[in-house]
Amino acid sequence: MSITIDNPGILAIIVDGGRFGQHHIGLTTGGPMDRDAFRIANALVGNQENAAAIEFMLGGVSFTANQAISIAVTGADCKITIDGEAKHRYKHLQVAKGNKVDIAMASSGCRGYIAISGGITVEPAFGSRTTVTREKIGGLNGAKLSAGDLISTGDSPVFKSREIDEADLPLISTEITLRVLIGYQHAQFSPASKRRFFDSEYTVSQRFDRMGCRVEGPSVAAEINGMLSEGITLGAIQVPADGQPIILLADRQTIGGYPKIGSVLSLDLNKLGQAMPGATVRFEEIDQSQAHNELHLANYRMNRLLEKLDD
Amino acid sequence: MRIEVASENALIAYLSDESNEKVSAQVNQLNTNVRKALGSTLIDTVPSYASLLVIYDALETDHFAVASTIVSAAESMSNDDDAGASIVELPVYYNTESGPDLEQLAQNANLSVDEVIEIHSGTTYPVYAIGFAPGFAYLGGLDARIAAPRLATPRQKVPKGAVAIADQQTAVYPSESPGGWNLIGLCPIDMFNPDSEPHMPVTVGDRIKFKPISREEFIALGGEL
Repeated sequence: MSITIDNPGILAIIVDGGRFGQHHIGLTTGGPMDRDAFRIANALVGNQENAAAIEFMLGGVSFTANQAISIAVTGADCKITIDGEAKHRYKHLQVAKGNKVDIAMASSGCRGYIAISGGITVEPAFGSRTTVTREKIGGLNGAKLSAGDLISTGDSPVFKSREIDEADLPLISTEITLRVLIGYQHAQFSPASKRRFFDSEYTVSQRFDRMGCRVEGPSVAAEINGMLSEGITLGAIQVPADGQPIILLADRQTIGGYPKIGSVLSLDLNKLGQAMPGATVRFEEIDQSQAHNELHLANYRMNRLLEKLDD
Repeated sequence: MRIEVASENALIAYLSDESNEKVSAQVNQLNTNVRKALGSTLIDTVPSYASLLVIYDALETDHFAVASTIVSAAESMSNDDDAGASIVELPVYYNTESGPDLEQLAQNANLSVDEVIEIHSGTTYPVYAIGFAPGFAYLGGLDARIAAPRLATPRQKVPKGAVAIADQQTAVYPSESPGGWNLIGLCPIDMFNPDSEPHMPVTVGDRIKFKPISREEFIALGGEL
């Protein structure tokens, strides 16, 4: 089974749940920028939670099914047609052999996911199929998808139709609150700086890619002159000397030497993954227990949402 | 030791405010002990100059349990600095042909090119951290006489295998990339090979010694100019 990419749009890559346990040789985790949308897409076509799918940016994607397959498209709000017929997001869709799927430019949101029944079966690299273009690892030869790429997929079982209730669709907003766990070099930021950080509004800048998102607003520089490079986690908020925070994302470097005030809760990175330059960001402080609780609740809710698909 | 929150599923243990071989050895020992103690709840660790980042599965354990595991792991560290450290010899073709900044660096340091090579290859460098790019090893211990600031204008293209100096650090570029370090030679050994095991010739805690080789030896070892 396979599909052929006709048009990859601005940026389309193969992602799975991420590449873990490889920091000792300097490899980052990669993985979906909106993990919820990715997970739902896979569930809608009956795939494993972390099966490889396509992440696209802003739409404008088209591909042809070389055999009959089923797909689901989630994330950014894009109009979808199969062989010219309009279809919905967040729904299990049948694609007949030779049919063309067109995904138009997004009307809101930024990143979308195309899950294909059976999952994408490119050879894993370092235990994962996730593409990290900066490292030239994963996906198809470590590169973003191009027109003409043939992508093999697994055998797909016949599947009953599944869809997410309209009421359960994740909201895409241009005003985002990111919950933050204070940490790392937080003690080097003055109380006034911290207050400014949590009381101010920031704007998502143009410098926003899979590695990181720079936001612009009141300066929150740390009172620190140089530090030893250290390990960086997903969501870490580093603040260079110019005082403008950078939130480190899926394809971040694994080590860095800028002071960090804390880290964004991963659940909120999904919302950031759908944001565009110009979106408004606010930071809200939470503690370890709240973060732990939120993660467990979110996991419970997601499992319940996915279980409902089988009803 | 000081433990700080790094994120919802990570803690970072700071063993010191400065970097030296003793601290690096402690970081490595703590890394080994923590990895063993956390078992399947561990996602990954990142040992660096003076810190250890510990990332775990937040649906299986929590900050409090992991923090106490790190504290116990630190208590059971021995004072044996060199546990497991090995010396890895890497051949380098030092020449103005392979190292376009060698002559300028020597001139700025008031040394001859041969003296720079002698100093660089006469030192043993501990691997303090690996990161930034796949296979990029941060080496400590550069002789202050051959330390040199980054280039004012970074190069668009630094070749794979370039042996380079920036400030008090030296490194081998694992793959072709842009870079602003001073280039003094080329190493024909792959610092990162995705197709062979192990993927890197060194690991954090090892020591590297550079061995000068001739142009002919460099070519014979698979080096390309």
